[in-house]
Amino acid sequence: MNKTQWIPIVCLRVIAMVSTFVATLLMVTSHDSAKVLGMTFQAKYNNSSTLKYFVVVSIITTVYSLGALFVPPRKLGRHVLVLDMIIMSFLISSFSAAVGIGQLGKEGNSHAGWIPICGQVPKFCHHVTASLIAGFVAVIIYFLLVLYSLNNVLNLVAFKA
Amino acid sequence: MIIMAGEKVADGRSIRRWRVTISMVVILLRVLALFATAAATIVMALNKEKHTFAVATIGNTPVKIAITAKFQHTPANVMFVIANGVATLHSLFMLSMLCFVRDKYDFKGLRFLTAAALDMVTIAVVSGAATAVAFMGEVARNGNSHARWNKVCDNFERYCDQGSGAMLASYIGILFLMLVNMLNIFEYGRLINPSSNNPLAA
Repeated sequence: MNKTQWIPIVCLRVIAMVSTFVATLLMVTSHDSAKVLGMTFQAKYNNSSTLKYFVVVSIITTVYSLGALFVPPRKLGRHVLVLDMIIMSFLISSFSAAVGIGQLGKEGNSHAGWIPICGQVPKFCHHVTASLIAGFVAVIIYFLLVLYSLNNVLNLVAFKA
Repeated sequence: MIIMAGEKVADGRSIRRWRVTISMVVILLRVLALFATAAATIVMALNKEKHTFAVATIGNTPVKIAITAKFQHTPANVMFVIANGVATLHSLFMLSMLCFVRDKYDFKGLRFLTAAALDMVTIAVVSGAATAVAFMGEVARNGNSHARWNKVCDNFERYCDQGSGAMLASYIGILFLMLVNMLNIFEYGRLINPSSNNPLAA
């Protein structure tokens, strides 16, 4: 793989690494408390298993992106592609689930009797929204990365002679 | 010379057998993925349960309220139905392309890229929908005490169980789609170059 094929991949990986790192940081530092009727509510990302899953997947993606920068592309290109596809699947699933829970927190579900919580803990909601935006950027970047790697691997495999 | 000619003949036959095996396996996996995603769509779309609660008592007669749980009440379930419907149509389209249009249309070298890219898009969409339903179901089953959200599944057992069954079918469909995608990517070199002697390894 020559330099013109390899440089965009490195750039995309660095951007994805930075955005997942930012998403993790924003989610982990999100907490807010509200006083209702003398009791204090604490809203942290720990309270929801979906947001915990999002944080775990973001950390895994950051570490993996860092490690995949140092892999020789000619020898292990296809294996990195398979791992990229698996990680992309994880990223998309965690982002989708977190957005679902976020929508539940913002608008509630009247049929189940779940009231929205964003009115009482707005700072927490804003942090989570920002973290999800960073996660969305990572999802798009990883998708482009996998498509681009597919193109490169196709050139490597089919026209080896 | 004789040894080299012998190797060439054996290579051609074994490579042809390998091509046929891989094609059969890919078709079988696509059919399984089609059935799994179709089952997930239908099971979730027919998910509805009615439950009658006795709320208060006026005199001697209890006041009853009937509450229906439909799948449309949760946006994650709506996305799940739509995503699995799209995956079913995608599998149908790919199967028809494999079986009926095999050599009649010139794809100008883009056949592999379209198949792999479309497969990946389908996997992404379906995995997003399935995980969203999984976490919504977790909140419905266990509630969330910090947000004061009560659990719903103790009153609507059948609704929750049907939803989890659909989600399981969707995950199995994702597994089959991923296997098909990886097979396509890794065996493409051997599939399109049947007359080459050197094996396209690593």
